[in-house]
Amino acid sequence: MEWVSRVLTTQVLPFGLLVLILFGFGISPDLQVRGSEDRSVLEQVAPGLFWLAVLFSALLAIGRSFAIEAVDGNLDALRLAGLEPAGIFLGKGAATLVELFVLELIVGVGAFLFYGSPLANPLLLITTVVLATVGIAAAGTLYAALAAGLRVRDTLVPLLLLPVLAPVLLAATLATEAALFGPASDGWPWLYALGAFAILYVGAGILAFGSLLEES
Amino acid sequence: MTTTGVDTNVSTVPAHTGSRGSRALGAICLVLIAALLIFALWVTPPEVSQRDAVRLFYIHVPSAIVSFYIAFTITLIGSILYLAKQSVFWDLMAGASAEIGVVFLGFTLVTGMLWGRPTWGTYWQWDPRLTSTAVSFVLYLGYLAVRRLDMDPALRSRRAAILGIVSFANLIIVRYSVSWWRSLHQGTTLDPVDTQMDGVMLFTFFLGTITMILVFFWLLIHRFRVAWLEHQLAEVGLEAAIQERRSEGNASDASSDGKTR
Repeated sequence: MEWVSRVLTTQVLPFGLLVLILFGFGISPDLQVRGSEDRSVLEQVAPGLFWLAVLFSALLAIGRSFAIEAVDGNLDALRLAGLEPAGIFLGKGAATLVELFVLELIVGVGAFLFYGSPLANPLLLITTVVLATVGIAAAGTLYAALAAGLRVRDTLVPLLLLPVLAPVLLAATLATEAALFGPASDGWPWLYALGAFAILYVGAGILAFGSLLEES
Repeated sequence: MTTTGVDTNVSTVPAHTGSRGSRALGAICLVLIAALLIFALWVTPPEVSQRDAVRLFYIHVPSAIVSFYIAFTITLIGSILYLAKQSVFWDLMAGASAEIGVVFLGFTLVTGMLWGRPTWGTYWQWDPRLTSTAVSFVLYLGYLAVRRLDMDPALRSRRAAILGIVSFANLIIVRYSVSWWRSLHQGTTLDPVDTQMDGVMLFTFFLGTITMILVFFWLLIHRFRVAWLEHQLAEVGLEAAIQERRSEGNASDASSDGKTR
């Protein structure tokens, strides 16, 4: 279904790249970091811009993941098929996770091309992306279920989800900064925060999904 | 017939939200507020470095304490008890408490910014407390938005309860992550609690805390009673609608009976 409509590839991915370009307009590419002639402000703040672009595009992908189920009462059908709510949560979360990985790959390559950042520690970067994305996908799936089936879903999910993901944005940005510019030791502590967030939200989703689906 | 039935139902519900207890509490609150004003504005001296701006702390810190430690905790407890017992009482209590908590939090933000202008030179400093308070404010605005959704009340209550529990966990995560973030970037931040306070200032701070707590509970009682009356009204309205439909049905039965005869 999702493959046929290709909303991810034809709409969400271009949106992510567009956000990257718009950040370039908002922050002049000619602006230099004070005290260093060879590094632009854009390059310096690239980690934060990358994660902001990912968050905004993720909102679209997450909204989508429940929109396609809500149409024909698919969630009820999944329940009737005898699936555990926790299983449905993990399934939806895993699908969102894969979509977000694709998104991050494209937006990440875009960020490297547009902002010209160095990469000091690839392993730290990959670990950061994996942990942060698990957290975003789990929290996103939980909150999308909370707003599922409502007319105001499109406006409600960002309002609920963005403050929740603010700590992920913080931790992921700082870890990514360390991965790009070094030293890596600055980044590793933030991975504990990202890991704890991911575990918390996967757990909360498994526990709460039953009573969220029961009703709809 | 049906209208008289509805009228008796309505007349059993009081037309106001005051009671002897809440009026007494309200009177105590008024006296305490007057005392707090006198102590905060006249009796206490200006502080050495913050000068008169320190007077804001007698209301700023207490309102932060009330919203974080009392209001949102009641929302958490109410949400858990609603999920455990399905009791409407705790659902409405959680909602009422969150609503007043958000008001107190907004008050905390405004007084914090007013204090920041003369002390820091700017309204907004990326101070960990201020920043995490702002994120928490939006977090609970989201909770209130869910409570106002136009959907089946029982489903809405359940979603709100889940959100009430998760939001509290978020509150803690946001507070820790933001303070960790700022402590890595800048050495120390100006900590209002470190401010040197002498006896009368500490007493005023204590008085402010007690006043804010009592005002909170006074507001909570009334907000809860309004919510309770709304709930009752919705039920009465539903019953009246059912009665009306029944009587219509009876009337049409009677008329069709008449025709067949």
